[in-house]
Amino acid sequence: MVPPVARRHRARPVRWLGEHAVLLYAVLAFGYLFVPIGYTVAFSFNDAGKSNLVWRGFTLDNWRNPCGAPEVCTALRTSLEVGLLATVAATALGTMVAFALARHRFRGRTVTNLLIFLPMATPEVVLGASLLTMFLNVRVNPGFWTIVLAHVMFCISFVVVTVKARIASLDPTLEQAAMDLYADEWQTFRRVTLPLVAPGILAAALLAFALSFDDFIITNFNSGNVTTFPKFVYVSATRGIPPQANVVGTAMFLVALTVVLLGQLASARRRR
Amino acid sequence: MSSLTSVAAGTRAAGPPEGPPVEPVRRGRRGTPYLLLLPGMLWLTLFFAVPIVALASQSLQTRVPGAEIGVYTQTFRWANYPDALREYLRWFGRSFFYAGLATVLALLIGYPLAYAIALKSGRWKNLLLVLVIAPFFTSFILRTVAWKQVLADEGPVVRVLKAVHLLGRTDSLTATSIAVVAGITYNFLPFMTLPLYASLERLDPRLVEAAGDLYANGFTAFRRVTLPLSMPGVVAGTLLTFIPAAGDYVNAALLGTPGTAMVGNVIDSRFFRVVDYPTAAALSFMLMATILVLVIVYIRRAGTEELV
Repeated sequence: MVPPVARRHRARPVRWLGEHAVLLYAVLAFGYLFVPIGYTVAFSFNDAGKSNLVWRGFTLDNWRNPCGAPEVCTALRTSLEVGLLATVAATALGTMVAFALARHRFRGRTVTNLLIFLPMATPEVVLGASLLTMFLNVRVNPGFWTIVLAHVMFCISFVVVTVKARIASLDPTLEQAAMDLYADEWQTFRRVTLPLVAPGILAAALLAFALSFDDFIITNFNSGNVTTFPKFVYVSATRGIPPQANVVGTAMFLVALTVVLLGQLASARRRR
Repeated sequence: MSSLTSVAAGTRAAGPPEGPPVEPVRRGRRGTPYLLLLPGMLWLTLFFAVPIVALASQSLQTRVPGAEIGVYTQTFRWANYPDALREYLRWFGRSFFYAGLATVLALLIGYPLAYAIALKSGRWKNLLLVLVIAPFFTSFILRTVAWKQVLADEGPVVRVLKAVHLLGRTDSLTATSIAVVAGITYNFLPFMTLPLYASLERLDPRLVEAAGDLYANGFTAFRRVTLPLSMPGVVAGTLLTFIPAAGDYVNAALLGTPGTAMVGNVIDSRFFRVVDYPTAAALSFMLMATILVLVIVYIRRAGTEELV
């Protein structure tokens, strides 16, 4: 048999190559992920005029005046309003369902789980088409509120899954300790359970907002004449989107990145 | 889109198994769970279940001669389904072919990426993970439009490829099936990478070391230890990529031509341009049913019960 030391020696160049091949591959994959983002950022500085298809020169005008293309700002405002309303409603409803599922025994569990799972497994185009069919049947004209209703619907499931995971990962002894110290059920919930679950609820709310803000397909079916930001970009894609839309996209990217990195920093510090 | 959920799914899988909770369960007050469930379930019933029923009903309707455009009557015409299928079989096939191809490509790109992040990145792990979901921070449509611009005839990629004669003078990259599949792969790559990361991250490195101690070489250790242990991630990633990819029509609309249209494009145009609701509804149902059947068969084959 080959002694272990000799084996390791022989395997070293191969292993070195293996490790570095995978890293090189990862770098290329990241390149692929960031090509369109780099493009979006770069073309937010393009001195483009109306159509932002070719590079015409560097300018800060689009950033100084993001409402230079007024439709961009109107669409953005609609998206933000829809996003906030949908996030608040979906987070509230979803969190309640998550607590029921994680903390209670009840009949109808299977049906509940099914009703939460199915919207996530259904293609968006089917969700959008079915909602529009219903709205047409009951003669509701699609518009701002039908978008909100639809967004709450597809966000609930994701909130339930996220919050439930957080509740499941809690240490039950903490709540038992609170009870042992004569806290009643409500006090235990408010002072111990809720603060512990709060990060999960926050993550769920951020996820809901991101899903709502970025949704195009379901929105397109149920928005009537109202234009959200993704819908605006889609509709104006053929004649070239105005550079102000790239400004909005870049700003969104930076805000979200900052939020996530700050969150990571905070949790890293807490761990230390 | 569902990035955080898939990560959550990863952490959840590590926790206690699904099913009724054991600890701590509130006793007394039997109505509490129902009160908690009521608003959410009511919402999902009204805006998910009822619409699906409405869609089912719509798919069996026909237009009475002389009726206004968009007005259909319930006639339980089951033949709407075979009719729609016969007419749009090619679009169906294309949807599943593109989605399958994109899923395989995303797996080939995402697995090494997840592997590198989970096992080779050391203290940069969290930052790299953020970078994987970073594309979600800009709009999905905006990224697809950016691809369209990058791959456009006057764009940088085509110019370079033409300069080195990999593309002919009149060839282009947009408006091809390559561009559509590349766009789908791109858009759903993070859905693939995150569950793969979650399962590779949980992997106990001592198991791989043990394989090495038992004289397995690097490749054998990967094939016999790492890969089987990461199967839950592969299954979850594949599903999270395939389901939205099969129903997607944005990539086909922005990066393709009518010749690369998918079933989602047909549903969209039947609804809005032709106002042929029954065909659109029948196509939607067949899309949903096909995806569900494929998912169930796939989960059975892959033998993972850990999902959902």
